[in-house]
Amino acid sequence: MYTLIELMQLSIYGIVLGSILTLGAIGVSMIFGILRFAHFAHGDLLTVGAYCGLGFLSLTGAPVWFALPAGMAGAAVVAVLVDQAVYRQIRRTQPVILLISSFGMGLIIRSVVQVIWGPDVYSYPGGIQRPWQIWELSIIPNHVWILLAAVVLVALLHLFLTRTRLGKAMRAMSDNMDLALVTGIPAERVIMITWIIGGALAAGAGVLLGMDSRLTPMMGWSTLLPIFAAAIVGGIGRPYGAIAGGMLIGLAMEISTLFIDPSYKLAVAFVIMVAVLIVRPHGILKGAW
Amino acid sequence: MSLLRANDIYGGYGGADILNGASIAVDKDEIVVIIGANGAGKSTLMKAVFGLLHVRSGEVVYRDAPITNGRPETMVTRGIAYVPQEHNVFPSLTVQENLEMGGYALKGDLRPRLETVYGLFPRLAERRRQEAGLMSGGERQMVAMGRALMIEPSLLMLDEPTAGLSPRLIDETFQRIASIRDLGIGVLMVEQNAKQALAIADRGYVLATGANRFEDTGPNLLANREVAEMFLGG
Repeated sequence: MYTLIELMQLSIYGIVLGSILTLGAIGVSMIFGILRFAHFAHGDLLTVGAYCGLGFLSLTGAPVWFALPAGMAGAAVVAVLVDQAVYRQIRRTQPVILLISSFGMGLIIRSVVQVIWGPDVYSYPGGIQRPWQIWELSIIPNHVWILLAAVVLVALLHLFLTRTRLGKAMRAMSDNMDLALVTGIPAERVIMITWIIGGALAAGAGVLLGMDSRLTPMMGWSTLLPIFAAAIVGGIGRPYGAIAGGMLIGLAMEISTLFIDPSYKLAVAFVIMVAVLIVRPHGILKGAW
Repeated sequence: MSLLRANDIYGGYGGADILNGASIAVDKDEIVVIIGANGAGKSTLMKAVFGLLHVRSGEVVYRDAPITNGRPETMVTRGIAYVPQEHNVFPSLTVQENLEMGGYALKGDLRPRLETVYGLFPRLAERRRQEAGLMSGGERQMVAMGRALMIEPSLLMLDEPTAGLSPRLIDETFQRIASIRDLGIGVLMVEQNAKQALAIADRGYVLATGANRFEDTGPNLLANREVAEMFLGG
């Protein structure tokens, strides 16, 4: 009985972590689908989003939830600027050059965050929350809001991808770049919207992560690896797979602490990733998206 | 005045030239077919016209305006549509979404154009919610042509539209192409099924090593003994 409750409690943490990873992994997956490179600065977009949210709160004194839209806007702007200033210039080179450049961009973004806010640890206002006691489970109110926010963001993304012209064009470009070109789909415009959405979702993950724990300049970088694991498990290039991948990795990481030391969480993420890839080399979902 | 003229085209993929002075012309209301042996430069010529590979020398003229080495997206807005031989649908998009993407470059209401395409290919109307990647080769070819027709082109370029199709579907596809021409659209196509293609073609070109070998009306090329021996299997 005790273990069952423990398991359920950890599952709640897993779902919360999973929804944060999902928001990051969707962006990584979309960027890979359209631009064909692994974006290593994605974790740092998460950090930028969290800090932009913090900055907005301290400037305006707005309620804590305003950190989410403010952070999303900030990270979207940073993502587009980085793309226009750096990635666009080397778009036609090999993917490995883009990958290493994004690694460097991540370092630069992280340093800028540290220059502006310093290396100190921050947290969003709100203080410690009393958990709700439901049956034997204790549920932290923020966890409910985090999950809800992630669900709303994913639902909005789904509507965008399936209902709007630009969203469909994004899927089309990810499907078949050459055909998109001869069809007359404006590639640069689609790429820009990809960065806006990828950056905004990363910031969503960053703000939610900040609400769950604290803000440090390293917060995004240290979340990047499980985000990649989630994107790859879901089949990289498929945003819908990233949702399943994020949840699986998040749950596995938290539930593993029942059996092994929590410091091995990250290793668990990669063991799961490798195991899934052995059974299903193209990720857990069937179909292209 | 021709709808499209390509004069004395030289060019290739960066190495040696594949096209060595090929020339073609297409009018509206006509089907023009390019035939020739493998490696003769048929598909290459089509790509050169559409701006997908560099034309080193020669000129492409569309409605009396030079479009040599134009960007593919500007071709689409001028009214030239191109259907590649392979990978010519967006597999994860539904049939209808594929068609909508086809109409992306042209502003305005998509509905009348969708109706035109569905009228031409009733089977696509039945399967409009189906993912294109899950369809048969023949249906996918219909999606590909439908996608191209969504910009209401004046010129439709088809690269081997019947490749890999069953004999029954080949007949059906050629009938569709004839009805596309009857809409007033000029059709330029590369074909391996030379006999059948020439049978519905108004004119044809025989390419060899990147240059014109013969050009004539469809029936005349079919009757030409030299062409028959070389390209039509005797």
